[in-house]
Amino acid sequence: MQSKVSSIEKPATPSLKGFEWRNYIVYFAFVGVLIYFSISLSDEGFLTSGNLLNIVRQTATISLMALAMTFVISTGEIDLSVGSIAALSSLVGALAIQAGYGIIGGLIGGVGTGLVVGLINGLLVTKVAIPSFLVTLGTMGAIKGAAMWVTDTAPVPIVDANFNFIFGSGDIGPIPVLLIWTLVFTVIAHILLRKTTFGRQVLATGGNENAARFSGVKTMKIKLMVFLATGLMAGLAGLLYAGRMNAGRFSFGEGDELSVIAAVILGGTSLFGGVGTIIGTIVGSLMIGTINNGLIIMGLDVSQQMIIKGIIIILAVAFGKKAMKR
Amino acid sequence: MEQPILEMRGINKAFNGITVLNDVNFSVKKGEVHALMGGNGAGKSTLMKILTGVYSADSGEILIEGKPVSIKSYDDAQKNNISMIFQEFSLIPTLSVAQNIYLTREKKTSLGLLDDKDCEMKTEKLLEELGVDIKPTEIVQNLGVGYWQMTEIAKALSQEAKILIMDEPTSSLTKNETEILFSFINKLKAKGYSIIYISHRMDEIFQICDRITIMRDGRYITTEKCSETNLDTVISHIVGMQFDQAFEWKERSYATDVPPIFEVRNLSAEHVEDINLKIQPGEIVGIAGLMGSGRTELLRNLFGIDPIKSGDIYISGQKQSIKNPKNAIEAGLALIPEDRRMQGLVLEHSVKDNMILPILSKVKKGAFIDSKKSNEISRDFVKILNIKTDNIFKQAGLLSGGNQQKIVLAKWLANDPTVLMLDEPTIGVDIGAKTEIVEIIRAMAENGKAILVVSSELPELLALSDRVIVMHDGKIKKEMTRREIKSEEELQYAIQGF
Ligand SMILES: Nc1ncnc2c1ncn2[C@@H]1O[C@H](COP(=O)(O)OP(=O)(O)OP(=O)(O)O)[C@@H](O)[C@H]1O
Ligand SMILES: [Mg+2]
Repeated sequence: MQSKVSSIEKPATPSLKGFEWRNYIVYFAFVGVLIYFSISLSDEGFLTSGNLLNIVRQTATISLMALAMTFVISTGEIDLSVGSIAALSSLVGALAIQAGYGIIGGLIGGVGTGLVVGLINGLLVTKVAIPSFLVTLGTMGAIKGAAMWVTDTAPVPIVDANFNFIFGSGDIGPIPVLLIWTLVFTVIAHILLRKTTFGRQVLATGGNENAARFSGVKTMKIKLMVFLATGLMAGLAGLLYAGRMNAGRFSFGEGDELSVIAAVILGGTSLFGGVGTIIGTIVGSLMIGTINNGLIIMGLDVSQQMIIKGIIIILAVAFGKKAMKR
Repeated sequence: MEQPILEMRGINKAFNGITVLNDVNFSVKKGEVHALMGGNGAGKSTLMKILTGVYSADSGEILIEGKPVSIKSYDDAQKNNISMIFQEFSLIPTLSVAQNIYLTREKKTSLGLLDDKDCEMKTEKLLEELGVDIKPTEIVQNLGVGYWQMTEIAKALSQEAKILIMDEPTSSLTKNETEILFSFINKLKAKGYSIIYISHRMDEIFQICDRITIMRDGRYITTEKCSETNLDTVISHIVGMQFDQAFEWKERSYATDVPPIFEVRNLSAEHVEDINLKIQPGEIVGIAGLMGSGRTELLRNLFGIDPIKSGDIYISGQKQSIKNPKNAIEAGLALIPEDRRMQGLVLEHSVKDNMILPILSKVKKGAFIDSKKSNEISRDFVKILNIKTDNIFKQAGLLSGGNQQKIVLAKWLANDPTVLMLDEPTIGVDIGAKTEIVEIIRAMAENGKAILVVSSELPELLALSDRVIVMHDGKIKKEMTRREIKSEEELQYAIQGF
């Protein structure tokens, strides 16, 4: 949070260099990753349209959660519970469909679950004043436990073909529905952050909470809203997992918090709040998806992927910090 | 009689049973600049916090244009056209000037989206009217501190504020920026705005204020017209007795035939270039220069906060390798930073804990802190510096601004360094304490220490220094013994003359 102008006697020359570099680094990095895999994996068909659409499909869940996470991180908070929410939501959604409540029932069940957890997170952060890191570390564990407990770790299959089409494997012409989900929410999130009072107040809250409050921003309400947003989007992501895999399962979303936060930070949103970008987040998310995809094609297993993702997060934050200090 | 725009009557306030304001009266007319003065801890900031709804008074009333009002929150204050000009406090550093000024009051397009163009246009007009040269789209954190304040003021005015409160607005401004602010204040005055102005700098008060209200120990003392009073009267009201100003240079002698105790050779770093400096034991060297001339940076380099590129530092003839503040402290250096609230204090800790932090190794008894000894040291400093606190266990953050500054001073003085560096040592402290601090620095010098002082207050610099160095653009441009400087104007001229 200490991004305040330091007291060093400095003339008012803007130190734009660091900021611009930081703003664009994700695009360079993304292009670099694409080129690297295209060349090294040209024989394995990395660059085919089939594989590229596959990347979009696999990334949709991360992207949706990362969009909401951009708002949370822009307020200077964090939400670690998104992966667990996705797991529980996939199960609740699947159970609702299994019980005969149909697609709408599944949607309400899945998204409702996310909203409830988001509400709990938000109230604990704003009303009980526990740091969001601790609150969501707690709910991450508790919700994961709940997801394992509802069906005693058994998966819940979904046989509703329409559901699976809309929320997962469907294609409209050559376009996967998951791409449409991603695009629609990207546009909405971008407008929300850049063009509405809500977005402006999110950035103000993260930029300087005291100042925002003195300017009439209801900072507590804003924080509550952003946790509702990650809850909502993680719930929806759970349904997309369920649609793609034709089942609800407790293990969905495992470790996603890492990918989601990495995507947001890589994209150029400041971990210290006040600066956020939706376009950056989406590119960051696609980059994480591409790396995942490339690593799988290269034959690396999940454990190796986790190592690489962990390193990427630390590097991204380190880069960001350096730029902030200038 | 003319109806005052603001009247506070019989205000009382106590914190935990300790009276801070005792039956205070205060009234401000339309279109005047009204100084609120008093020693550190007199209750000025508290009175203003009551006016802006941060605290509520235990008793008393507030009248705006003769009508009683109830101010329970900052919102209420704004509804009554009262605005506080906070220092870097009510602005969001990551948003633009226009976005800041119209935050939560943005105009929307027919689609319900933000109309940034409209904000920018209105801001441009507002700034033009006020004669401020800032681009509405500039991100606030890229602006100089002086412009933060103008942005704050512009924001307040855009909210129809009629009464502006400025609590020590010039403490982080240079001479030039202060002049710009003053001409700005005069323009506001001419437009009928009322300004409550809190400052410890006497020259400022007489330069721009119309009337002065003086408080002492939480009580209202008097209100006087500036044109009908004088400096001595004001000071005697503030301190409560006749008072000799110690801001007078006393020629001192120090050993010139011994090797220098502190020496810097060919030092260069990011903001300073080729600095050579020698200080004799017992000598006080003052550094003068404009904001951005590299004064603060030089001290930070010497203290190991920012890295140096080349050059050597010698203390008592020994070459030192200073890579961080810990090295510096071990080598016998101490730095009292300019921004003490942010860099010098742990606000959540007690007065005592703050004071003994750098000398823990000296008050240790085995593995434990010798509480008797550390209490003694703390109490001594509270007494010497006249720090206004209920006791040494009070949380530092609850003390008045000036008293917090004094704790930081105490903290480094307790460490008994060989070379003491001070950056704006008397910023924010009251006139009584200023002279105390000047005396303490002199006493340290008498004990054979080397002292390096940066100050923008020339009377203070001239009172203290045996030698004055003028910096410009990161380089030492001029060096004068104190005797060579005939007047404050001459030094001012030397500073601006490059
Ligand atoms: N929240 C608080 N709790 C306890 N004591 C307080 C609190 N706020 C202020 N005080 C005490 O009230 C007294 C007056 O403080 P105030 O900040 O009003 O002084 P001031 O006149 O503004 O001084 P300065 O010139 O140093 O800024 C001080 O002794 C301070 O310790
Ligand atoms: Mg004060």
